[in-house]
Amino acid sequence: MTANSGDHSAVLEASSLTKVYGSGHTEVVAVQDATLTVARGEVVALLGPSGAGKSTLLTMIGLILPPTAGRIVIGGVTVFDAHRTRVNVRRFRRQHMGFVFQKANLIPFLTAAENVRLAMEINDMGRRAARRRAAELLDYLGVGERADHLPAKLSGGEQQRVAVARALANRPGLILADEPTAALDSVRGRQVMELFRKVAHEQQSGVIVVTHDHRALDVFDRTLEMEDGELRESRTVSQAQ
Amino acid sequence: MNLAGRDIRHNFGRFVLTTIGLGLLLMLVMGMGGIYRGLVQEATLLVDRIDADLWVVQKDTRGPFAEVSRIPGNLEDRVRAVPGVLSSRAFVSTTIQRERNRQPLRITVQGLSWPEDRGQWLPLVAGRALGQDHYEMIADESLKLPLGAKVELAKDTYTVVGLTRGMSSPSGDSMAFFTLRDSQAIQFDLSGEAVRLERAARYGRASQIDLGRSQPQVIERSRGLSSAIPALGPPAISAVLVKVRPDVDPGQVQLLIGKWPDVSVYSSDGQRDLLVSGIVDRSRRQLGLFRMLLIIVSGIIMALILYTLTLDKLHDIAMLKLMGARNSVILGLILQQALLLGALGYVIAYYIGQWVFPAFPRRVVIIPEDLWQLAGIVAGISVMASLLGIIKALRVEPSEVLA
Ligand SMILES: Nc1ncnc2c1ncn2[C@@H]1O[C@H](COP(=O)(O)OP(=O)(O)OP(=O)(O)O)[C@@H](O)[C@H]1O
Ligand SMILES: [Mg+2]
Repeated sequence: MTANSGDHSAVLEASSLTKVYGSGHTEVVAVQDATLTVARGEVVALLGPSGAGKSTLLTMIGLILPPTAGRIVIGGVTVFDAHRTRVNVRRFRRQHMGFVFQKANLIPFLTAAENVRLAMEINDMGRRAARRRAAELLDYLGVGERADHLPAKLSGGEQQRVAVARALANRPGLILADEPTAALDSVRGRQVMELFRKVAHEQQSGVIVVTHDHRALDVFDRTLEMEDGELRESRTVSQAQ
Repeated sequence: MNLAGRDIRHNFGRFVLTTIGLGLLLMLVMGMGGIYRGLVQEATLLVDRIDADLWVVQKDTRGPFAEVSRIPGNLEDRVRAVPGVLSSRAFVSTTIQRERNRQPLRITVQGLSWPEDRGQWLPLVAGRALGQDHYEMIADESLKLPLGAKVELAKDTYTVVGLTRGMSSPSGDSMAFFTLRDSQAIQFDLSGEAVRLERAARYGRASQIDLGRSQPQVIERSRGLSSAIPALGPPAISAVLVKVRPDVDPGQVQLLIGKWPDVSVYSSDGQRDLLVSGIVDRSRRQLGLFRMLLIIVSGIIMALILYTLTLDKLHDIAMLKLMGARNSVILGLILQQALLLGALGYVIAYYIGQWVFPAFPRRVVIIPEDLWQLAGIVAGISVMASLLGIIKALRVEPSEVLA
């Protein structure tokens, strides 16, 4: 990695991100000039009403959709600037990013454990190490006993926990989660949020979680709010406490 | 982790059915090739087996298989007198269709030059060669005539004394072997009425010419046996088979006999070429065309199967991309399934073929060269067929996971 950005304590520095869908009279400005920084070890909540642009912001940061304008620096590497992606996106994603979505999106023909192992094997981790880590993660998330089941045989919540294990498998520097706990009860949901926090602190990763669950907000270091495509800092939870 | 295998395990039933379907299709392709080989083998079988260096036939004909050849029986003796000739024998072949137990019985009647040729060169699986110059026959087992069976042909009764395996004429009919005279008797068999009418006509002709009028003996003779009339000569034969002395170049003898104005001479290879390029050629091209069409159909069906298999997994492929999987992982998933499908289909084709082909009415010959060639073709169409799916898979955006 070539460090080409100033703030080395930041996992993510996104500046002036804008996303415009469509053109002409179907044009939708989903995100407008969003700037945010996530420090190493920091867990950030992203709140906002439906259609505010939260998912869009997350997909831009995750290099899934290219921003219409703006700059993204992750772990000191400029990954997007001047309308162009600056890195090998696939490699960057498997090495440095973990994703969790509202739906688990597990590969249906792989068992829970295989789904987790796949993420690591894709990233060239040895089989044995991958196997061990998959078992550990699934155990930790309370689905160890379901490790050899296909996704179709798991409940929605169990699937979601497997997806969380998969996202964490490669110890990514940046974890992006879009309403990950929507399918979970509040206890499990909170557990997942706490896991994110633990992982962030242990691995010095940055975590952004889109959530509607206001009961678990105390887990986060910071809360951002979006409205009509615009991002603003709402409050620092730790300060409020 | 092998994604292709795990996906197949997950959709096992569908994969098995698909593979069997493809296997049956490939079996047809394999069978087409085998039928062609069988045609060639059947066509050239006799030429290969009969152990002759040269074939002497009627001038300017491509006889005796590709067209009718008629030469006088005494040509056998003329040929025998040529320097360098070890032996010569007459070749008579005619195909008849009779009824036996209410089933049509098609036999290619093959004459053997008794006593030199008793059929000892035939691949006998039971019984013996001909032991007397009349009323015995060697039949191919495909005629389903058991040893000792009596067959009525041309007013006489023949006994099956030997059985061969796999002897069929160039047109695929089962062969039976008789002495030359018996085979001619069968070929030129006429009903009593036909013989009487022929004699009456002969009598009429003779009594109208001067010779008949002035020589009452001629008129008298014309009412008798054909063989008693020197002017008529013995019945014609189809060809004379020549065996050349081992120290003599057959080409020399061919040149020598070829100079005679009443015959044409072919080497064994020449005769084989005539058969393959004449009789078999159109069937071969027809089969080749059909085989090609079947290969194309197989390719299209495979492409469709692989395309739908890929479509079903498009969401998963988008997820793989989102997780950062290399394209090689995705290509591997599709290509491995394609090749596995092709390979298993091929194996199924082979084994079903081994089981089914022997039951075909005509010979199906599967040779290693054809098997290798088909394996290559299957590998080729597997890869080609997966292209459609691969293109689709490479185009899918990771963002489709979110849709
Ligand atoms: N592919 C797209 N094409 C056009 N418009 C889109 C597309 N995706 C999202 N939008 C629009 O962009 C805006 C932001 O959508 P986004 O999905 O980011 O909202 P969100 O905050 O995640 O909402 P929710 O809480 O319902 O998930 C919405 O107005 C939406 O209609
Ligand atoms: Mg959303």
